[in-house]
Amino acid sequence: MPNAEFAMTNIEKIRQIIARKKLWDKTFAVIGLLSMLVGIFTLFALIIDLAIDGIPILSWQFFTSFPSYKPEQAGILSAWVGTTLVMLVTGIAAIPLGIAAAIYLEEYAQKNWIADLIEINVTNLAGVPSIIYGLLALGLFVYKLNLGESILAAGLTLALLILPIVIVTTRESLRAIPNNIREAAYALGASKWQMIWDHVLPYSIGGILTGIIVGLSRAIGETAPIITIGALTFIAFLPDAPIKGEFPYISFSWLMSPFTVMPIQMFNWVSRPEPEFQLNAAAAGIVLIVMTLAMNSLAIYLRYLFRKNIKW
Amino acid sequence: MTDKSLHLSRQGQLSPKRIRNLREKAIEILLFLAAFSCVGITFEILYILVSESLVFFETVPLVKFLTDTQWTPLFSDAHYGILPLVSGTLVTTVVALLVAVPLGTISAIYLSEFADNRWRELIKPCLELLAGVPTVVYGYFALVFVTPLLQKLLPDLSGFNMLSAGLVMGIMIIPYVSSVSEDAMRAVPVQLREGSFAMGATRLQTALKVVFPAAFSGISAAYILGISRAVGETMVVAIAAGLQPNLTWNPMEPAATITAYIVQVSLGDLPHGTIGYQTIFAAGITLVFITLLLNIVGHFLTKRYREIY
Repeated sequence: MPNAEFAMTNIEKIRQIIARKKLWDKTFAVIGLLSMLVGIFTLFALIIDLAIDGIPILSWQFFTSFPSYKPEQAGILSAWVGTTLVMLVTGIAAIPLGIAAAIYLEEYAQKNWIADLIEINVTNLAGVPSIIYGLLALGLFVYKLNLGESILAAGLTLALLILPIVIVTTRESLRAIPNNIREAAYALGASKWQMIWDHVLPYSIGGILTGIIVGLSRAIGETAPIITIGALTFIAFLPDAPIKGEFPYISFSWLMSPFTVMPIQMFNWVSRPEPEFQLNAAAAGIVLIVMTLAMNSLAIYLRYLFRKNIKW
Repeated sequence: MTDKSLHLSRQGQLSPKRIRNLREKAIEILLFLAAFSCVGITFEILYILVSESLVFFETVPLVKFLTDTQWTPLFSDAHYGILPLVSGTLVTTVVALLVAVPLGTISAIYLSEFADNRWRELIKPCLELLAGVPTVVYGYFALVFVTPLLQKLLPDLSGFNMLSAGLVMGIMIIPYVSSVSEDAMRAVPVQLREGSFAMGATRLQTALKVVFPAAFSGISAAYILGISRAVGETMVVAIAAGLQPNLTWNPMEPAATITAYIVQVSLGDLPHGTIGYQTIFAAGITLVFITLLLNIVGHFLTKRYREIY
């Protein structure tokens, strides 16, 4: 029967087409996996390359020595102390400001043009290249407010830089709190601020914390804006200690002290022609990458943990 | 007497309710000020860039700035043409995008349409870690690892070049592209996919012909984000691309970008108020202008291609 034969060959053809399409599916899945692994393998290559060059340099002495013109004696003492102090200023400035702005936008703001203006601004600020913050800081903090090339100026610069990150993540975690909780608090006679302070903020602390960690880890790695405000690259002394043995115990003169930070120290070593300094750069790179990746992983873990534990 | 006036009439003393209302109002004003500070920051950025570069454009005419093919502001024979810096910025950006756009898009399609849930939860954070590595470390990697590797393939590649800086920058911005595109594709309603499957389409056909076009407005936003990252990226190019302003379109040559120039000048001890000091603000305002243009283009792209389900 020619008709049945015709149908048979037709089915064969359709099966072939299906098989071919399915093969394309599988091929794409492999291509997709490979292209994703390109990035991840590069990350591994980068870490291994740093480790091979840098790990022999890492020693107690490396962490407790000042930079030096002799590569084998150079260390990162002033850099990590500087980074710690700058981060302290950044955190103190950015965290309350960012959370307050987020609370306003999420809980108080009415739908009007001022709220829109602020909204658009936050989104735009997140897209401003970091070096532009450096120029802002140079004009505003260094010359207009006369803070000089100090820890205070650098900390404030980075605070402005991470402010949009803190605001956006805090808003997201505030938005995740269901309205029933707000209504329940109001029903018991709480004022708006009591409702926010006693209920909304404690419940969203996980998300807020994640945002702060992501922001600070970004700030630790930022180099360009701090170079722009004129941070020195060779610092062989430590800032004045914040806590003193004699009265009044706390001193703030470290705020105005010149400083260097980890990424600048590394940049300084990378740009030197001597190969020994490249090894020091690799070692500083390991310290930097361990700090930032640890903070990022902590943030990812926290996000995962809090998402899992939420049962409204 | 009404309730309200009763409260007020207690011999000038503030009632607890009034204190509470006052405190609430004060808190609201404080919070508003915090939120409004963002607007303040934006205006301060604009004010400083404009006021400092206005002084610059008084000495250097705008036409000269835009058409001169040399950028040698710190030499005795000073030329102030922004073109070499713009060409360096464009070349490194294009190289970076040639890496980040295909890899980021394919990764996003894979993650949103092919990978199962547990595998995605595992691998997506790993990809996101790429964005967390400090850029100065990427610069070191480009200079010390990628350039020597490329020199084995291309023997006449110079030690500082835009190619390796661009490649590494591209790897760095993959997560920005893939994360936002994946979110956009996952937001496509599942009915569209089911409809496509019901017509007998395969996963790949559905992904390319249904999900991708439906999510294109979000995906174009991801591309724009990637471009502005690449344009504004500083340390990778400052370390690996060399710091010579060079009007060239050849990625194998060294060049300086706008951002790298700002870093280079800031490293020197530049007195406030000199023309050299003002050049970095002129370069900065050019950079902001390019980023702004991109954002506007992105805004229209998003609008033009928005699908309404």
